[in-house]
Amino acid sequence: MIAGAGPMLAADAAPNPWFSWSYVTDNGPTILRYLGEHVRLTVFAVLIGAAIALPLALLARRFRFTAAPLLGLSTIIYTIPSLALFALLFPVGGLSATTVLIGLAAYSLVVLVRNFLAGLTGIPDDVREAARGMGYGALRMFVSVDLPLALPAFVAGLRIATVTTVAETTVGVLVGHGGLGQLIIGGFNANFYRAEIVTGSLGCVLLALVFDLLIAGVGRALTPWARLSAA
Amino acid sequence: MNDFSRALVYLNDPYNWTRTDGFGILSLLGEHLAISLIAVAVAAAITLPIGLWLGHSGRGGGFVVALSNVSRAVPVLALLTIFAVTPIGFGDTATTIALAVFAMPPILTNTYVGFRQVDPDVREAARAMGLSPRQVMLRAELPLAMPLVMTGLRTATVQVVATATLAALVGGGGLGTLINLGFGQQDYGLMIAGAILVAVLALLTELVLVVLSWALTPGPRRSPFRRLRLRGGAEPAAAATPL
Repeated sequence: MIAGAGPMLAADAAPNPWFSWSYVTDNGPTILRYLGEHVRLTVFAVLIGAAIALPLALLARRFRFTAAPLLGLSTIIYTIPSLALFALLFPVGGLSATTVLIGLAAYSLVVLVRNFLAGLTGIPDDVREAARGMGYGALRMFVSVDLPLALPAFVAGLRIATVTTVAETTVGVLVGHGGLGQLIIGGFNANFYRAEIVTGSLGCVLLALVFDLLIAGVGRALTPWARLSAA
Repeated sequence: MNDFSRALVYLNDPYNWTRTDGFGILSLLGEHLAISLIAVAVAAAITLPIGLWLGHSGRGGGFVVALSNVSRAVPVLALLTIFAVTPIGFGDTATTIALAVFAMPPILTNTYVGFRQVDPDVREAARAMGLSPRQVMLRAELPLAMPLVMTGLRTATVQVVATATLAALVGGGGLGTLINLGFGQQDYGLMIAGAILVAVLALLTELVLVVLSWALTPGPRRSPFRRLRLRGGAEPAAAATPL
C-alpha cells in the first residue's frame, strides 16, 4: 500500500509527549479558532436539521404512509460514510464550511426525525381530542399541547444528534473545515505531533459533554412538571 | 464534462479496477473488507463473552450505559489518528486496532440489553426444568437475545465498513484512498468515483447484514424490511453512532 506499517523515524527520536500544557498555552488562539468553528458547525447543523426534521415528523404523523419512506431515506443517508458524503457534496459547496454544514445537517435527520416522530405519536389521543373539543386550532394545539408533551423526546433526540454531530464534524478536514479535527490531522501531518492530536481529540469529547449537559439542563428547566412527578 | 460524469468514466474503465499499482479498485476493496472483517471479528471475540456474562448476571449495567454514551462522543478520526501515532506506526495494523475498539460499544451494549430483556419467568422456568446456569444462558437466554445480538453485530459492521474510509486520511489503506488521492490531486472525478464506491459498499453491507440477521434469528420472523417501528420507536438506548 501507499504507507506500510514500518517503524517511524523522526517521531520516536525527538521527545513527543501525549499531552503538553505548553502546546495548549502557546497555541491558544489557534485552538480557540478551531473550537469556535466546531461549535458553529455543530449548532447550525443541528438547528438546520431540526428545522427540517420537525415538518417531516409532523407530515409523517398526519399521513402515516409517509413515515416509513421518510425514516428509510434518512437511514440511507446516515449509512453513507461521512468522507464519501463530504466528497459528493464538494462539487456543490467547494472548499467551504457549507459543504460540511449540509452533510452534518443531513446526518442529524435520522436521529431527529425518529425522535420527533416518536415524541409526537406518544401524545395520548385523548389529550389532543380534549384540546380540539375546547376549540384549539392547529397552531395552538401544536404550541400548547404537542410541544410540551413531546418535549422530553425532542430533547433526547437533540442531545443524541448534537453529540454525534460534534464527533462527525472532525471529518470536515477533507475540505479544511473540520473544527478541532484540523488539530487531529494537523498533528498527524506535523510529523505525528501527539500533543496536538490529543488536544484536538480531548477537545471534541469535552465539547460533546458540555453540549449534552447544556441541552439536558435546558430540557430540565423547560419541563418543571417532569421533576414533580419524579419526586 | 462535470465531475460526476468523469467519475462514471473512471468507474467504467476495467483498467482502474484491476491495476496492480496499489490503486486498483479490487485490491483496495479487498483491503477495505479484510481490515473491516478482522476488526469486527476481534471486537466480537472480546466483547460478546463480556456482554453475555454481564447481561446474564445483570451486573455492570451502569458501566455499559456510560460506555455507550461516551463512545458516541469520541470521533473515530481521533481513534484512528491516535493509534497511528503509537509505536505500532500507521498502516493497516493500527487501522484494524482502532476500528476494533470502535466496534466494541455497539456489540457490548446490544448484547447486554438483549440478555437483560429476557423475561425473568423464562429464566426461572428454564432453571426449574433442571438446566444448569450455563444451559440457561446458552439455550434459553441466547436464542431470545439473538435479535439484539445480531443488531449489535450489524451496527458495528456497518459502522466499521463506513469508517474504514477515514483510515486513508492518516496513512491507512482501503477505498478511502481514492477519495483522499483524488482530493489531493484535484482530480475530483476520481474523488467522486471513490465516494460512490464507498457509499455503495456501506449500503450493500447494511442490506446483506439485514438479510443475514433475519435468516439467523430463530422463531417467528417478520420481513426484515418491515422492522421500522413507528410507535414508541425512539432512538433505542442500544443504538450507537455510525462514523
